[in-house]
Amino acid sequence: MSARGELPGWADVALIPALNLIVALLVSGVVVLIIGENPLEAMWIMLKGAVGSIKGWGYLLYYATNFIFTGLAVAVAFHAGLFNIGGEGQAYFAGLGATVVGLSFEFLPWPLLIPLAILASALFGAFWGFVPGYLQAKRGSHIVITTIMFNFIASSLMVYIINYWLRPVGKMAVESRAIGSFDFQTFDLTGAYIPSFRELTLAIFGYRLPSTPLNPSFFLALAVAWGVWYFLWRTKLGYEVRAVGANTDAAIYAGIRPQKIIMVAMAISGGLAGLLAVNEVMGAQHRLVLEYVQGAGFVGIAVALMGRSHPVGIVLAALLFGLLYQGGTELSFAKPEINRDMIVVIQGLVILFMGALEQTFRPWLSALLFKAED
Amino acid sequence: MLELFLGAETLSSTIRLSVPLILACLAGLWSERSGIVDIGLEGKMLIGAFAAASTAAFYGNAWLALLVAIVVSLAFALVHGYAAINQKGNQVVSGVAINMLAAGLAVVLGNEWFREGGRTPPLPEPARFMPIDLPGFSALYDVPVLGALARIVSGHSLLTYITIALVPLTAWALARTRFGLRLRAVGENPHAVDTAGISVARLRYQAVIIAGVLCGIAGTYIATSLSASFVRDMTAGRGFMALAALIFANWRAWPALWACLLFGYLQAMGTRLQGVKFGTFEIPVQFINMLPYVMTVVLLAGFIGKSIPPKASGIPYSKDR
Repeated sequence: MSARGELPGWADVALIPALNLIVALLVSGVVVLIIGENPLEAMWIMLKGAVGSIKGWGYLLYYATNFIFTGLAVAVAFHAGLFNIGGEGQAYFAGLGATVVGLSFEFLPWPLLIPLAILASALFGAFWGFVPGYLQAKRGSHIVITTIMFNFIASSLMVYIINYWLRPVGKMAVESRAIGSFDFQTFDLTGAYIPSFRELTLAIFGYRLPSTPLNPSFFLALAVAWGVWYFLWRTKLGYEVRAVGANTDAAIYAGIRPQKIIMVAMAISGGLAGLLAVNEVMGAQHRLVLEYVQGAGFVGIAVALMGRSHPVGIVLAALLFGLLYQGGTELSFAKPEINRDMIVVIQGLVILFMGALEQTFRPWLSALLFKAED
Repeated sequence: MLELFLGAETLSSTIRLSVPLILACLAGLWSERSGIVDIGLEGKMLIGAFAAASTAAFYGNAWLALLVAIVVSLAFALVHGYAAINQKGNQVVSGVAINMLAAGLAVVLGNEWFREGGRTPPLPEPARFMPIDLPGFSALYDVPVLGALARIVSGHSLLTYITIALVPLTAWALARTRFGLRLRAVGENPHAVDTAGISVARLRYQAVIIAGVLCGIAGTYIATSLSASFVRDMTAGRGFMALAALIFANWRAWPALWACLLFGYLQAMGTRLQGVKFGTFEIPVQFINMLPYVMTVVLLAGFIGKSIPPKASGIPYSKDR
């Protein structure tokens, strides 16, 4: 039997997250009560809106795609003992990579251009993560502060770039021109345009799905989740990342250079966040729009905490948050009294209970479990 | 040209924009000097601004608005304190959570109370902290050089003058009082403080409370002085800019004032230079907007000077080590 205070594995992996989620939802329910609405009814509308129709599922999975990428980004940094709050900025900057490559090499056939643009997204994101990593490793500046600053720098820089460089002359909206097009009748695909599943099924089977932005990036997200698992638990470099995160001194003693690992981990983390651009810029909006990340980088923090920094957990947590986002949107349509920002409240509560107060239930939970065993 | 960069109007708006930065920066100073990292300055200011604007909209009283804002911001500060001190949780994570909670709650509750998508109605003058003329200064307004000076110094809201007074007060309290010395010690070496028989948790809670109060004042100022209603995300990253200023100031009160005035000046210039052309050259305001953050990154990287945080900041204190 393990020592008192330690929990069995299953409790750590499943029970504590579940318990914390329930508490977060209960507190959100109190907020709904304060507004004067019925929390159970609100939850029912959310569930129905997200999983009660094909359209709901489409949006759920589309949101989840973003959250898998940003959740994995936060998780890889976590494993190296780093807190990357910069997912937002890394994803935003990555949008530039996808757009610039997509627009510059428009003449290339799509089987070449799309992988190239995906690579550019990852590289631009990786760069925006690598610089704070470098500054932490070589100059000792704290990663949390630097990544926060880089979010703001990206935000200003992108306004400038989109406004002065990418915006077509004479166009009012601050956004780039479209990065490609798809004609479902002739199957004519140009540019770095990833067609949605709706467009694809229409072109291939002639079947019309409800209109959602869900696109093949979802499969990329699942593949990348597997890749992160493989990297962290099956490769030497991944082992080194985890070793540095678990105990830097021991890692140094084992001949691992933490400085290198910090830079590598941050570059990978930024690259993962950057892949969000594949789903959003290439797959959904098909152009670079101002502030297109819309907080998905921060949702990644909640997703990584909820998913215990494990790819399987992250995919599940991302689906849960996809449900919350889609359900929350439907809820705000059905009940205008409950604003869509209710999701942000739930998100904040999840981070609070999963991240900062995760020890709260541990003592009495372990007391309860061991009492049952005695 | 000189008028644009150093005119009375520019400098006056520098002061106006610096006030929330100074208050948040002092809040961060107290908190971090005691060893509690506070990423949640932004959220506390935001929820304070919302509380102030809502109270002012309902009751039309600026002072009541200030009181409610302080209480609400304090409640958020205590959540952070509980997570960081009692639960020994990750302080950065807790701060992120506070920011999200504040941003979400303000819009959700505001939408329910005022039905304007999360904003509050415009506040009438009695419900706001309006500019006041310092006695005797208005007579100077038309005097050539002194007049410009008088117009920079006078004509701010009462909260501005309180804020400026808080800087020497903080510097003095941290350097000269028993409380301040203990507080600084707890941020550098909590074990020594504990050994001396002084409660680490109590001191840290006191620091967190001071931070909460200051953020409440900052929020009130933003909603009732700087503007005249609450709009979603109206703090616009000021909490993070205050953190940057804190690093610039090397966690000291007087330098914090100068850093915040510098960043306030950059904010003022960012607005004033919009669309201004020098010959054919137009300074892109985006670069002025990002300057505080770039400067902080450069400073943190040790390329200009060195900034050293309190030794124990961010590390939860447990006796058994």
